[in-house]
Amino acid sequence: MIPSAFDYAAPDSLDVALQTLADGGEEAKPLAGGHSLLPLMKLRLAAPTLLVDLRRVPGLRSVEREDGSWRIGALTRHADLQGRRELGAVGEATALIADQQVRNRGTIGGSLAHGDPASDLPTVLLAMEGAVTVRGGAGTREITAADLFQDYLTTAVAPGEILTEVRVPALEGWGHAYEKFSRRAEDWAMVGVCALVQRGEDGSCADVRVALTNMGSTPLRALAVEESLRGGPLDDGAIAAAAEQADEGTDPPGDLNASPQYKRHLARVLTRRALRRAAEG
Amino acid sequence: MGAAGAETAERGLPGGNGYVGRALKRKEDPRLITGRATYVDDLVLPGTLYAAIVRSPEAHARIASIDVSAAAAREGIEAVFTGEDMDDLAAPCPMVWVPPGVEVHVPDHWPLARGKVGYVGQAVAVVLGSDKYAVVDAAEEVLVDYEPLPVVVDPEAALRDGAPIIHEQFGTNQVFEWELAGGDVDAAFAEADVVMERRVVNHRTAGAAIEPRGALAEWREDHLTLWSSTQIPHVARVILSIELGIPEERIRVVAPEVGGGFGSKLQVYGEETLTAWCARKTGRPVKWTATRSDDMLTTHHGRDQIDYVRIAATREGELKAIDVRVIQDCGSYHLIEGPVIPTFTSCVVSGVYDFDAVRTTIVGVFTNKVTTDAIRGAGRPEATHLIEVCIDQLADELGIDRLELRRRNFIRDFPNERPHGFVYDSGDYDGTLDKCLELLDLDGFRREQEQLRSDPDRPVYRGVGFSTYVEICGLGPSRALGPDGWGMQGGYFESAQVRVLPTGGVMVYTGTSPHGQGLETSMAQIVADRLGLAPDAVEVIHGDTNTGPFGKDTYGSRSLSVGGEAVARAAEKVQDKAKRIVAHKLEAAPEDIEVAEGVFRVKGSPEQSMTLAEVATEAYIPADLPEGLEAGLDEISFYDPDNFVWPFGAHACVVEVDAETGRVEIVRWIAVDDCGPAINPKLIDGQVHGGAVHAIGQALYERIHYDEAGQLVTGTFVDYGLPTAAEVPSFETARTETRSPTNTLGVKGVGEAATIAASPAIVNAVIDALRPLGVRYIDMPLTSERVWNAIQEAKR
Amino acid sequence: MSTRVPIRLSVNGRAHELEVEPRLLLVHLLRDQLGLTGTHVGCDTSNCGACTVHLDGEAVKSCTVLAVQADAAEVTTIEGLTGGDGLHPLQAAFWEDHALQCGYCTPGMIMAAADLLARNPDPSEEEIRHGLEGNLCRCTGYHNIVRAVRDAAAELRAREAGARTTEVV
Repeated sequence: MIPSAFDYAAPDSLDVALQTLADGGEEAKPLAGGHSLLPLMKLRLAAPTLLVDLRRVPGLRSVEREDGSWRIGALTRHADLQGRRELGAVGEATALIADQQVRNRGTIGGSLAHGDPASDLPTVLLAMEGAVTVRGGAGTREITAADLFQDYLTTAVAPGEILTEVRVPALEGWGHAYEKFSRRAEDWAMVGVCALVQRGEDGSCADVRVALTNMGSTPLRALAVEESLRGGPLDDGAIAAAAEQADEGTDPPGDLNASPQYKRHLARVLTRRALRRAAEG
Repeated sequence: MGAAGAETAERGLPGGNGYVGRALKRKEDPRLITGRATYVDDLVLPGTLYAAIVRSPEAHARIASIDVSAAAAREGIEAVFTGEDMDDLAAPCPMVWVPPGVEVHVPDHWPLARGKVGYVGQAVAVVLGSDKYAVVDAAEEVLVDYEPLPVVVDPEAALRDGAPIIHEQFGTNQVFEWELAGGDVDAAFAEADVVMERRVVNHRTAGAAIEPRGALAEWREDHLTLWSSTQIPHVARVILSIELGIPEERIRVVAPEVGGGFGSKLQVYGEETLTAWCARKTGRPVKWTATRSDDMLTTHHGRDQIDYVRIAATREGELKAIDVRVIQDCGSYHLIEGPVIPTFTSCVVSGVYDFDAVRTTIVGVFTNKVTTDAIRGAGRPEATHLIEVCIDQLADELGIDRLELRRRNFIRDFPNERPHGFVYDSGDYDGTLDKCLELLDLDGFRREQEQLRSDPDRPVYRGVGFSTYVEICGLGPSRALGPDGWGMQGGYFESAQVRVLPTGGVMVYTGTSPHGQGLETSMAQIVADRLGLAPDAVEVIHGDTNTGPFGKDTYGSRSLSVGGEAVARAAEKVQDKAKRIVAHKLEAAPEDIEVAEGVFRVKGSPEQSMTLAEVATEAYIPADLPEGLEAGLDEISFYDPDNFVWPFGAHACVVEVDAETGRVEIVRWIAVDDCGPAINPKLIDGQVHGGAVHAIGQALYERIHYDEAGQLVTGTFVDYGLPTAAEVPSFETARTETRSPTNTLGVKGVGEAATIAASPAIVNAVIDALRPLGVRYIDMPLTSERVWNAIQEAKR
Repeated sequence: MSTRVPIRLSVNGRAHELEVEPRLLLVHLLRDQLGLTGTHVGCDTSNCGACTVHLDGEAVKSCTVLAVQADAAEVTTIEGLTGGDGLHPLQAAFWEDHALQCGYCTPGMIMAAADLLARNPDPSEEEIRHGLEGNLCRCTGYHNIVRAVRDAAAELRAREAGARTTEVV
């Protein structure tokens, strides 16, 4: 299987990349690690006429702490992030993406710009209330996670724009857990749940965030669960009761291995498990 | 069918230097671990044209028209052909099962569709060009106008009145109905205390060798050479000769390194014929390499049975009769064996148990899917699955311990003629089960199981499942399988040629065609012992019809028990001749010569000896040979067994089920198998590990699924879930060694044994784990959702 | 047809300058243009890992990398794993432990295992199993592959310790 023919450019600056992209018109696409785009192109489900490879653009592969946030360059590979405890849920979830070879190529920016609701990082970004920076002809703008994911494989990154940086709050003092349920280890999540918990001094739930993978056409916040827990106790009973609302407002797509009803059930179970683990710190 | 009684062919162990039985490293491996092996897609011929195939997106449709003009006009495109262009083929794909007295519907099946298509992926046209990317682009521009016809994918629906008929000429979707019975089945059911009934679905799976299929054909001076990723080069040559009308002697088929087969390459596919035809048509070499999507769509699938099982027993647990009605989904066309595969279910449908009466009725059905044919185990995994799952079901009904029920009914006298005419050659079913339980520590497990279940906070559901199996392999006696027996249009001997070279090295030509089994090593071990040299000095050549005698290739776990036996016999012929030469030179009697410690020597006078190289010198410079002895040292043997071989064993599987999500995790696997005395124990272990994981894949993850419209839903490795290392356990393996009286090596096949054994152990283990929750039965695949659903239903 | 693109890359220590079609997959560059057929194609969807090679020292699936993306990179394939004669400890262990049958997945499996051991010189069985989850094998059931990777890891650690000892001396 091979992609349809396309033209290719590998500019060495972001400005030239943006110009090349603009010149290429609607069917031009930026290329990062290619692990979302190339499989689609090989199956001929995508056929861009021009790929603008960002590999020579400097400064896009970095992880920096600034004030209370982590700034992660868009071309930072999953492998650069996997298992890094200081990155919280980002470090945990990146270690669970596909397999090592994919993590060695796939990038955080590429994954977020692709906007697959079955991917892990969009959910984590949503839960962490992070944001991405995009550059386009009109300049630079920041898009919050809540605004980024618009529909299935559709994000607020406009044609001609390039996602350059990801910012996530460090959430120091928060507990985190990403529970991924898949058929096999290397598979996409059947359902995934990212839970973040901040305990108050009395042990109660000062704040909490829960987001869901593959429970709709975008990653989703489980707001009912959050509201039910926020400000209350964090014991097993409270968590279990809150988790029962995890599938509220979701519309999970069914597939061969998981019906919508089963996914809803998984969302509840995994939310409980993720919350328990996150609450433990 | 009445296989002949097992004739003991013991002829005493040949002398040697003890290579047989040793876990030697494989001779094959150096080229494979360094990337220097040559698979078919690695071959390059000058001037090669690449083929891209246009495939049907429709499951059932008439082809109104095909417009190839746009594709043909593209730069670099040499030719585009459709089914109409191939009207010079001499015959369609032959189907080699013609059971006496049974009507089997066989539709014409051509390499490129003629007039209509019957499944998604069926080849409709081929595009040839010198750039392998450009032909793919051009293939997208072949315009085919399809007139869709009603689609039927469910085999039971296909049998109902009013179902769309896939091949109008037959007036029915039924392919055949076939029965094998012995003993008074109906009386046994009439008299039975207990009748257990169960519908067991054994779903469709793919062979999924990691190397996709491929073929490279060259036509030169009216001779065809075809390199193909096949298990059966010899059979392929015969069939290509029939299809293409080329005399067999002008065809050479080579199976180079083959990247796994598992039955999926026990086939002569349309693409092989097509590639050869295109090479002849264009006069250029033509190469076709399947993508994984091609492979999932068009490489034959396996299993796909619905088994209606009835077992008659006494209340005390004495098994009386088993009656199974099999609905086999055949797909829309046949390939070379297709419909015969489910009949092998009948051979071991009664398992290791002493039933008085056995009946298997098989109904084959056309559906709008790709053909089913042999996949690792080929009919026998289905048999083991249904009998071993149903024995557990019956044990539950009778309130008898599952192992106790098995033990009460084990066959213990061998050879043993079964009611349906087969003779189990040898066995010790208690022996493998005893050893399995020893490794398992069942009492310890039961204590642990109880303890884990009773944790009030987080009950953990563990279960153990067993499979005590027997299988039939070593195909096979030609008399039993051939035209007047089972109805296969071929012989099932195997050939071997052992050639000592003038300088004392040895070439072995085997008619088998290994593709991962390690026969270059195990056959060298067999020969080394018989000729007094090291396996390093023995080259085993295979997979090329222009070398060695006509062979019958590799499938049905036959390569060692039939092919290895042929090698042993040819080596012994060489040994006999060598002994005559040695006796002549050393002035002794031939019967006083022995092979030991690397030499031919006079018994009792070890200082009087000759090496094989010295014997070879005498044979090839024939100045002083015994009277009447021909020059040379080169012998052929054709071995046709007089019975099958019947490997057996006991597998135990421990699972843990997450009752909240339904996820099944395999915690332990114990496999005790008996395939007779080991030639190379390393290779046996490897076959058991891989065979078991093949069945684990089917039981837990793998499923070929077509939707209602006949579209393949699981058409890539994204959807078709082969287990990875992360899903499977390490194995605890052990063996017992019960000689087969069928061959002089005493061996039985082991390539399929664990696949045949394993799936019921998993299902039984999951049911054991979930028994406290009320779960009684689940069909494969045990996806997390299916297990979770079973738990929910049991709660109601 | 799109414009061809010049690339320079090093493969198994040898420099190459080529002009390629942008859509050319790295695996086809290696196999068809450079004749390195030890790298195999098994699935097209980056699941099976038979095409695994090292790109700048890290394992990647070369069926999901464009040749143009490997511009200026160093590629190592199974043919160049040792950088010379003899067998890499992983190759030796795969042979010794019967960690292959048909051999088709083997080059990719070994290249993935080499990446794993570079990240984690002493992996547990579970870490090995998860570390190889991107490579499918249909023959071996993985049992002997896991064993071989463990044995190779021990051998590599022993060599490393030996090298350190030598330095101290």
